[in-house]
Amino acid sequence: MLLLAVSIVVSLSIGSAGISVCDVWGILIHQLPWLSDKAVPYSAGEIAIVTQVRLSRVLLAVLVGACLALAGTGFQGVLRNPLADPYTLGVASGSSVGAAFIILFGLQTAIGLWTIPLVAFGTGTITLLGVFWLSRNNGTMGIETLILSGVIIQAFLGAFVSFMVSMSQGVVNQILFWLMGSLAMRSWDHAFMLIPFLAIGLPVLLIYGQALNLFVLGERHAAHLGIRVERTKLIVLISSTLLTAAAVSVSGVIGFVGLVVPHLIRLLVGPDYRLITPLSAIGGGIFVLWADTLARNLMVQKEIPLGVVTALIGAPFFAYLLHRRKLKQGGEI
Amino acid sequence: MIEVNEINQNVQGRQVLNQLSCSFGKGRIYGIIGPNGVGKSTFLDILSGVEKPAQGKVLLDGKDIFTYPRKQLARKMAVLQQGGLPPVGFSVREVVGMGRYPFQSWLGGDILESESIIDTAIQSMGLKELTHRKMDQLSGGERQRVALAKLMAQEPSVILLDEPTTYLDIGYQVQLLDKVRAWQRERDLTVIAVLHDLNLASLYCDELVVLHQGTVAAAGTPQEVLTAELIEQVYETKISVSAHPLTGSPQIMLQPSEY
Repeated sequence: MLLLAVSIVVSLSIGSAGISVCDVWGILIHQLPWLSDKAVPYSAGEIAIVTQVRLSRVLLAVLVGACLALAGTGFQGVLRNPLADPYTLGVASGSSVGAAFIILFGLQTAIGLWTIPLVAFGTGTITLLGVFWLSRNNGTMGIETLILSGVIIQAFLGAFVSFMVSMSQGVVNQILFWLMGSLAMRSWDHAFMLIPFLAIGLPVLLIYGQALNLFVLGERHAAHLGIRVERTKLIVLISSTLLTAAAVSVSGVIGFVGLVVPHLIRLLVGPDYRLITPLSAIGGGIFVLWADTLARNLMVQKEIPLGVVTALIGAPFFAYLLHRRKLKQGGEI
Repeated sequence: MIEVNEINQNVQGRQVLNQLSCSFGKGRIYGIIGPNGVGKSTFLDILSGVEKPAQGKVLLDGKDIFTYPRKQLARKMAVLQQGGLPPVGFSVREVVGMGRYPFQSWLGGDILESESIIDTAIQSMGLKELTHRKMDQLSGGERQRVALAKLMAQEPSVILLDEPTTYLDIGYQVQLLDKVRAWQRERDLTVIAVLHDLNLASLYCDELVVLHQGTVAAAGTPQEVLTAELIEQVYETKISVSAHPLTGSPQIMLQPSEY
């Protein structure tokens, strides 16, 4: 929690607009209602950058990270698969197809602000079902088959999105944005849109924390201890998919957050999901915030897409996990 | 206590259980024996309420087992699964504590009373020194003891054991079944165990149920059931039976076919 606060402070203070650290905080303090009547020594542009652009972006990064990390925790818990996350399961790609489709046809506001998240949730869920169907073998899902199916579906959907990109002229950049993931040019609205999803997803996953602990022993064991296995799986999977869809609909596909964060938290605090779940939410916030801070500050003139940064960190980590798993075949989660 | 009425069950299109009926009374140890593939594990899955039979009913205390809410069922009945517990990253105490899950509210309440129950379970399985060890640092035999301690923490009145002694050496086999019997006598439990080893079944069970061709071929005390004729007919191999020098229970000796 403390680390999160520190990260927010640092990230707020760094930026490409060349505003000094003192000024950033001067502006922020002036925004507090009881101080706002004093004379303001800062230009309107500077104020706008800090409050409209940077503050909202920092908040958005934290929320997106929390959503993705929570979704990853849920997927890993229920599937008892250490390599599962919204990205590797193809859910993120599925959601992005829906979102890209909506943008291509200019339907963003067909049913209000929620159009993109809802459609993204729909296509994300269908994708998840497709992946499960592909990997199903006599009623059980092997870890490697599941990931393979995710990759196949991802490639297929990627082709779809590319097709849509090639068919359109004006909105290409907007669609490419879904593929690479970025938090640039987002506003407060986007941040507020995520809050209800988190407000539902986090408590649901917290309540199922102990159930997920029992899942670690195996579905049978969990059933014998009084868990309604199918219902638990369904609820956790739906919550995780919702969180993914919400995050994807504002930020595009940001890979590996849901993979890396729960694992690091597990290394720190052990296998208890009642701890992993809340800490992953916080850890996810910190991770994406730093990745985004890097993305917008690493290169002087240009911004690196956020998805590129997380993939650069996440993919080697994924390889490491796969390798370690091979070493202790059939071992623990 | 448990009534099984004319159960039919198919596994992958093959009929495994065929009009199977039997009953289990309170406070006794039952052994379910029979050759490979006869549907012993399927039968146990149905008894534990995990699998629904294609036809027929299982009554627990006069009530259909599938009408029990899952948590309520878990408070009455606990299952020691074949293959035991996986080597996970939880500590012994945490895993034994999972046995208390059926008694917790959805917010995870009712912890206070549980602590002493968990301690007692750990103590009586001789796991005190290992309390804070992780499961993945234990041997197979030790993990099986943890599994039984978890069952104890669940405080059931019926326990189902699915081949509890597989993969254990003879020392651990006897130790585990001794513990089960001591616990069974203390709490007057009903124990239903699928056992592979006929001699162990004879030593520890009050009654044996022999499954053959999807139905009950014989049931009764080990003396009544473990006869050379019946075993030959069910397992299709010749054997000799003699009494155990200390307990008097029938023990089976295998014989190569050339004799």
